[in-house]
Amino acid sequence: MTQGTALPTDTMAKRSEMEVTESLGRRERIRAVVNSSLVGAALVALVVLFSLLSPYFLSESNIFRVLEQVSVVAVLAVGQAFVIITGGIDLSEAALVPLVGVISALVMNSQHSIVVGVAAGLAVGAGVGLLNGFLVTVPKLPPFIATLATFSAADGTALLATGGQPVFNLPSGFTNFGQGGLSVFPYMAIVAIAIAVLFQFILARTTFGRHVYAMGSNPVAARLAGLHNARISLMVYSISGLLSGIGGMLLTAFVSTAQPAVALNSELDAIAAVVIGGASLFGGEGTIWGAMLGALLLAVLNNGTELLGISTYVQTVLLGVVVAVAVAVDNVRRKAEA
Amino acid sequence: MTAEATSAESGPAVLALVEVGKHFGGVSALQGVSIEVHRGEVVALVGDNGAGKSTLLRCVAGAHLPDVGSIEVDGRPVVIRHPSEARALGIEAVHQDLALADHLDVVANMFLGREISRRIGPFGVLDNRAMRAKANEIISEFGIKIPSLRARVRHLSGGQRQGVAIGRAVGWGTKLVMMDEPTAALGVRETARVQELIKSLAGKGLAVLLVSHNLDQVFEICDRVYVLRRGRLAAERKIANTTKEEVVGLITGAFAGEAATT
Repeated sequence: MTQGTALPTDTMAKRSEMEVTESLGRRERIRAVVNSSLVGAALVALVVLFSLLSPYFLSESNIFRVLEQVSVVAVLAVGQAFVIITGGIDLSEAALVPLVGVISALVMNSQHSIVVGVAAGLAVGAGVGLLNGFLVTVPKLPPFIATLATFSAADGTALLATGGQPVFNLPSGFTNFGQGGLSVFPYMAIVAIAIAVLFQFILARTTFGRHVYAMGSNPVAARLAGLHNARISLMVYSISGLLSGIGGMLLTAFVSTAQPAVALNSELDAIAAVVIGGASLFGGEGTIWGAMLGALLLAVLNNGTELLGISTYVQTVLLGVVVAVAVAVDNVRRKAEA
Repeated sequence: MTAEATSAESGPAVLALVEVGKHFGGVSALQGVSIEVHRGEVVALVGDNGAGKSTLLRCVAGAHLPDVGSIEVDGRPVVIRHPSEARALGIEAVHQDLALADHLDVVANMFLGREISRRIGPFGVLDNRAMRAKANEIISEFGIKIPSLRARVRHLSGGQRQGVAIGRAVGWGTKLVMMDEPTAALGVRETARVQELIKSLAGKGLAVLLVSHNLDQVFEICDRVYVLRRGRLAAERKIANTTKEEVVGLITGAFAGEAATT
């Protein structure tokens, strides 16, 4: 063995390997920034484009309107992000929105109390979320099937509870909250921002948040490290349910009526926002603030095209294009780095 | 060192498996296996692929629950239903697939399941600085080479990933450290370092159970060896009283072994 000569090259290989890993660690952090700044850049580009094309776009009342539009989807996207980062998906959000809307409205009207109505809404939201978590962890249904089942059941329950009729005459305190605001910020947007800040903190800075990422990254490794994946699943689906409930009540307060009809596409918007924001549907990756940028991008796109008189049918097509492009760009970048 | 060794022989075994059996569907992975590992001892578990080595290790790690038989830790019967229970008993494992969360960085992996946190209201807020400091301590204490604590594990080389998995196990194992092929992905120098590390663990009074295909390694660092064959215990030998030829024969079945006479 030519140990004497072999050693130096070995150390050199070691050193270069070290440097590679260091730069990869740095590149990883840069990627996270680049990814969100790409979405951010797209957002800025759209804002510039629409403000050039429509003088109305940057008016206070329109900014208020965009924030109103984004609020419900943003709240849903926060819950969806938790579920997606664990490697799951929650399709039931869109049916929970109307279910919680009508139930909180019915309770509010019969009890003549906003507080009791909101409490009932939160309970129903968290309860259905917990049921999703149960279906995923105990009979071990695939998340897609479990939440599709609760989607259907929640949809039907909302129709049964109301006989298919909207619930009117909600307390004025409730509807005023839904339509009021501070300067350009609607109250509902302030609620959404508060929720986003709180849950980004939970995800990034707490032990629970770290376990959410770990389970999504490698459930077997998470279990072998002593984590209880079932508890994590119960938690994330409950969070998603609870936030869907809040979203449902915000929407009800905003439109002053509780509609038992499914908030069509709102769960798709939420999923799209999370994915545009850099999350992987395979789990282990994603952030709340990325999802918020994604939600804002979709809302600006909707609002701008509306201002320009582009048909809503075209807008729906655009949503599909944006999602496909965002994920494709992200994939290409990931592959380039791997 | 010798005092350590003699005291090791006297007390109850750190780990004892008594007539442990485990099957998956119709396939019997382990049948009536009894082994003991004492303080300060490095015990090898060898056998062909499918002999049941990893299954045995996973039973002790809480990843599988044995169907029959019992596991004793320090002479007390225990039921290990979940990896967290094994960890609470001071048992750590380096699994063959390393069991790392690729998206998380080195520190997050080393502390997965036992994060250092401060309670702020309802939240356990991660204390990343404390975790980095402790990770550095472990890494320098055991001479493990990991380039950056903040690198995501998926960007590490095979040897570095192995370093993370080993660092995690030796950092917290207080009684028993089990390693499933810990040097499989390593070069000559790293292998030597891990072997030193294993001997130093035993020197500190821990029990080490080592699954290895590498008989040179087994003969270099182990005190005893158990040979598994098709889920059964084929033989137990003191390394000092056997040869590689005999162990190979026991693994392949060329020598019958004495089975269940431990």
